[in-house]
This record gives sequence, structure tokens and C-alpha cells, in this order.
Amino acid sequence: MKTPKTIVEKIWERHVVHQEEGKPDLLYIDLHLVHEVTSPQAFEGLRMNGRSVRRPDKTYATMDHNVPTRERHIIRDQISKTQMDTLKQNCQQFGISLADIDHPDQGIVHVIGPELGLTQPGKTIVCGDSHTSTHGAFGALAFGIGTSEVEHVLATQTLWQARPKTLNVKVNGKLGLGVTAKDLILAIIAQNGVRFGTGYVIEYTGEAIRNLSMEERMTVCNMSIEAGARAGLISPDKTTFEYLKGKRHSPENYEEAVANWKELATDNGATYDATVEINADEIEPQVTWGTNPGMCIPVSASVPHPEAAASANAKEETERALEYMGLEADQPISSVNIEHVFIGSCTNSRLSDLRKAADIVSGKKVKDGVQAIVVPGSHSVKTAAEAEGLDAIFKQAGFEWRDAGCSMCLAMNDDVVPPGERCASTSNRNFEGRQGNGARTHLVSPEMAAAAAIEGHFVDVRNYKQPVTN
Amino acid sequence: MEPIKKHKGLVYPLNRSNIDTDQIIPKQFLKRIERQGFGQFLFFNWRFFDDGTPRENFSLNDDKYNDASILVAGENFGCGSSREHAPWALQDFGFKVIIASSFADIFYNNCIKNGILPIVLNEETVQKLIVNGSNEKYDITVDLERQIVEDENGLQATFDITPYQRQMLLNGWDEIAVTLTHGDKIDLYESTH
Ligand code: SF4
Repeated sequence: MKTPKTIVEKIWERHVVHQEEGKPDLLYIDLHLVHEVTSPQAFEGLRMNGRSVRRPDKTYATMDHNVPTRERHIIRDQISKTQMDTLKQNCQQFGISLADIDHPDQGIVHVIGPELGLTQPGKTIVCGDSHTSTHGAFGALAFGIGTSEVEHVLATQTLWQARPKTLNVKVNGKLGLGVTAKDLILAIIAQNGVRFGTGYVIEYTGEAIRNLSMEERMTVCNMSIEAGARAGLISPDKTTFEYLKGKRHSPENYEEAVANWKELATDNGATYDATVEINADEIEPQVTWGTNPGMCIPVSASVPHPEAAASANAKEETERALEYMGLEADQPISSVNIEHVFIGSCTNSRLSDLRKAADIVSGKKVKDGVQAIVVPGSHSVKTAAEAEGLDAIFKQAGFEWRDAGCSMCLAMNDDVVPPGERCASTSNRNFEGRQGNGARTHLVSPEMAAAAAIEGHFVDVRNYKQPVTN
Repeated sequence: MEPIKKHKGLVYPLNRSNIDTDQIIPKQFLKRIERQGFGQFLFFNWRFFDDGTPRENFSLNDDKYNDASILVAGENFGCGSSREHAPWALQDFGFKVIIASSFADIFYNNCIKNGILPIVLNEETVQKLIVNGSNEKYDITVDLERQIVEDENGLQATFDITPYQRQMLLNGWDEIAVTLTHGDKIDLYESTH
């Protein structure tokens, strides 16, 4: 009988170009995604050494981090403009396809890869971006790399990689009504910390994972890096195959491809280096209170007290986070008022995210004093949302409806949260200064962000589905 | 890449865990298209107020650390964004070695690619280095060939590193040049897949 294998082992074995004692494996890369921020120095390195791009046909570029999301063509920051122009020139010089700012395929790199069908089960996918883990939702081995490795992949289409350890995150049971994939991944990180995935590739398994749509799976895999894991993936199944059917870059002989993809799923009885379990039934909508994604509590809970911390270091960390966030220990998180709402980012800016948020705000008004923006993840998400009237719902409620890009997720463009102000954000990082110097970020699901926009503070969306008052 | 074999230098202790790359180099400085010149922006939001005046209470602004070349910090150093601007900033500022009780994977890798030596030591030794480094001007020696960290008062700790990464650092190899010597195998892989 064949030894049962995990999907990670299977993908790995299919991609080893060269193996040698005492060295990592030389791994073939099937798809290399490129954006403007982490690539200029890599292209420059190629030029300095007289090297070329080995497989421009396996390389795909877009602009997302710097792009303005309103007044699309007024790039006020000259350095941003230079960075975008540089990507354009580099793609021209090296023959790489680019979805630049005017292109109908433009969008956040981790939104467009799946949308175009470039992301497929069994592929090795890299990008100079830590949220490349998103593509793992399709059963691809996808991970973020630094700029030196970007250069290495451009030149050789390979990477030296040590075989990773595997971690099974098993999610039992079912998510409750109003509890989302975002709450699930936040709860997993809150329970296990921001380092438990370090050195591992996570495979998400279990009933609750199987029940997720592709877009929800992307939300979960997206935040694997927030648990320390470079990659997180889900064995492909019917949901995966249905999603990819008919996508522009999906294989022509689809049935054959599906048969091949089915082989990838982790075999019964395969072993992992570690396993953690969580019960989906117990998860509530989540809100982060601190300055890393593990500092997260259910919406019904209160901000922790430093004295409750497990060690002197943890106590100090809690104190520093409370000070930065301008919060009091033991304060109910629902009492925290917000001034900004950001619905967007590679975690939560897909059509289903926007639909769910629109459903909450429909017929209501954004609270006075709250600035709320919706930034679709790609141009095509934007177009699709407009076709079903979501833009009108958001605008009537007082949201701003923007063009696609990373936007307020990292505030490299003009979309910045001012110092000391507070934002309910559907993005993935609540690090100090992430959304602007001194900005205070609370990570939540799109539904929770939408409800916070209407109420001006956090509320439990599970009680919000029906009108609170009439 | 410059080889690194043995390095003696001044410790700068930064007793925090989960220092993310957004703190090491904030996003407003990621727009440059060069590899050099990031040192001035290292830990920018911790070192400076918005208007660029230094924050007196942040320890790296203390003159006694002007020549520091060994950064010692708590667990999960370099978590978050994959930005290689983080090791570029640390290196440009003068750091050659980073010691922590654990590192984020991508950051660790990025250090090796740039000739910075990342060293994992146990929490207790890290705390010792942090205490010593906070009290006085504290020099330690890092020997990559012997895989040892030591000071002049008898502290000695060994560390692990994979043989491949050790060779890369000791020789300062250009990894792409090494890979290109396997060009025939990449050709073969492509023709059979
Ligand atoms: S949306 Fe945010 S996390 Fe995602 S790629 Fe853009 S900047 Fe990175």
C-alpha cells in the first residue's frame, strides 16, 4: 500500500528540480506574481548582472499598493508615481504581462490571481508579498518571498527551499449564523498566538472548512501569515473545481485537470508534524483590541487587563498596546467609538464580502462623524458590484465608493487614518502605524465593519440582522 | 554579498517581542526604488516624531549605542510583511548580526540573502544579553564558523544554522549564480512537466 501523504508533500514532490544532501531542495515555481513595491530592486539586480527573466509567461504583474482609489490619475506623491512607472518600464523591458492602473484586470494581486484563474490547485505560487498565502485556498502551495528571492525566481524560475513542517488546523463543527470566515481565522490566531505557525505550512481541515465558499477560504488562508505560517492551504474539492470552471486561465481540458487535482487532496491517514483543533460552534464575531492580530476578543468581551497577562513581558506588551490604542483595561469592546470604517484589502474585498456588508447597511445611514469607505479588491469586483447595485446601496448609506487597490490596508496612497483616530477595518494587520502614523486599527469582518459604520461603535452583528429599533 | 565569518561588536538591546517589519521600516519609506539608504528610516515611528525630531525616550537614540552592530530582541522578530526593506534598513544602519529567541520565517530568510547573520538563542540567554547591554557598553563576539556567541566574562552560547545557510554567509555567495549552474536540470524539469 502507498504511504498516505499530505497535499503539501504531494505538491512538493511534483516540483523538486534538484535534491542534494545538506542542501534545501531546488523547487520549481509555476506562477510568480509581481507588484510595484517589492520588485524594482529585483529588476535592477537582473540588469546589473546582465540577466533576463527566464519565464515571462509564468510571471504576472499588477499595481495595487500605491494606486489612488479616487481621482485615479492624480498621483500626488511623485515617489509613488516613479515606483509605478518603474514597474511599467520593467514589464516592458522583460516582456511581462502587466495589469496597470487602467487595465480592466487591475486589482490587489491576491484578488486578481484567483479571479483570472491563474491560481490553480497544485501550483507553486510566489509573490514578494506575505499574503501570498491567500492562494492556498485553492490547494496551491503559495508563499511570500523577499526581493532577493523575487530576483532569484525571475532569473531561474526556482527557489531553494527547505521542506516545511506541516500543521493541521482542524476546525470542527459549524460556524454560527453571522459568524464569518474572518471571525474564524481571527479566533484561531487569538487562541494559538501569532507565532504558532512559524516554520510550518498550515493545512486547514475539518467540517467548517469544507463548508466555506472559495472566497471565504481565501479569507482564512490570507491570514495564515498572521499566525506565523508562510503558507496555508486547503485541499481542493468540488467547491474549488466549480469556482475555477470557465475562468480565463483555467486549463482547456478541464475534466482532465480536475481528475489530476483530485489526486492532490491529503490522503486519509496522512500524518502532520503538529495539529491544533478548534470548535467552530463556539466562535463569536471577533474584534481585535491591540497591535497584533492575536490581540483579539469576541465582541461580547472586554479589553484585557495587563495584570491578567501570563508573564512580565506579556504584561508590558499589553500595557504598550493599550496605550497605543487609547483603551482602558476591562473596557467592553462594544463601547469603543470609531471614526473610520474601511471595507477592503486582500482579506475581505471580494464580491461576497461587499454583498454581505451591503446587506447590513441597506436602507441605513452611516453615523455622523464616521468616514466609511468601500474599496473593491479589483476592477472586476467593482464592475460586478455595480452591476448588481451594491455601489448605490453603499452610497445611499453614506459610504464612499472607490476604485480598486490596497488603499487603507497599509495607507501607502492617500487613504490614511489620521493620528489617534480609530478605524474598524476588514484588513489583516493592526500593527502600530499600519493605517497611518498613530492610527488605531480594529480588525473585523465586513459585516461587523458595516454595522460599526452605522452605529459608530462595535455591535454584535448576530443581533443586528433584524433592525435594532424601528 | 559580503561574507561574514566572525564579528565583534556592540550590543543594542531592544526588549520587545513580536517586532513587526512595519515597525522596522514603516510603509512611507517603501516607495524608493533603490536598495540603499534605508538606515535613516529604521524604526522611524519609534525613533522620531512626525516632524522628524527624535524621541528622547527611545533607546536607539541614546549616543551610547551609536556604534552598535548587534541587535538583540525578543521572540518573533521580523513578523508581518515580507518587505526586504527591513533587513536593508538594519544593515544600512550598521547592524550585522541580529539575535532573538525566535524569528519570523520570511525575515530570517531575507537576512541570510543579505549577509546579515540571524541567531536564535534561548530566552534566558537573550534576556542576559539584554540586561548586560542595557547596563553598560557591552561587546560580544559572534563566530559563525564555530557557531558560538561569547562575551569577555565567560558567557558562551552555541547556535544552530543550516549548513547551506552557513555556507552562504561564510562565502558571501551570489545564490542566483549558484542556481544557474543547475540550468540543465531546470531545462530538464521544464521539458518533462
Ligand atoms: S491589501 Fe493589504 S495586505 Fe493585501 S496585498 Fe495589499 S497591502 Fe498587502
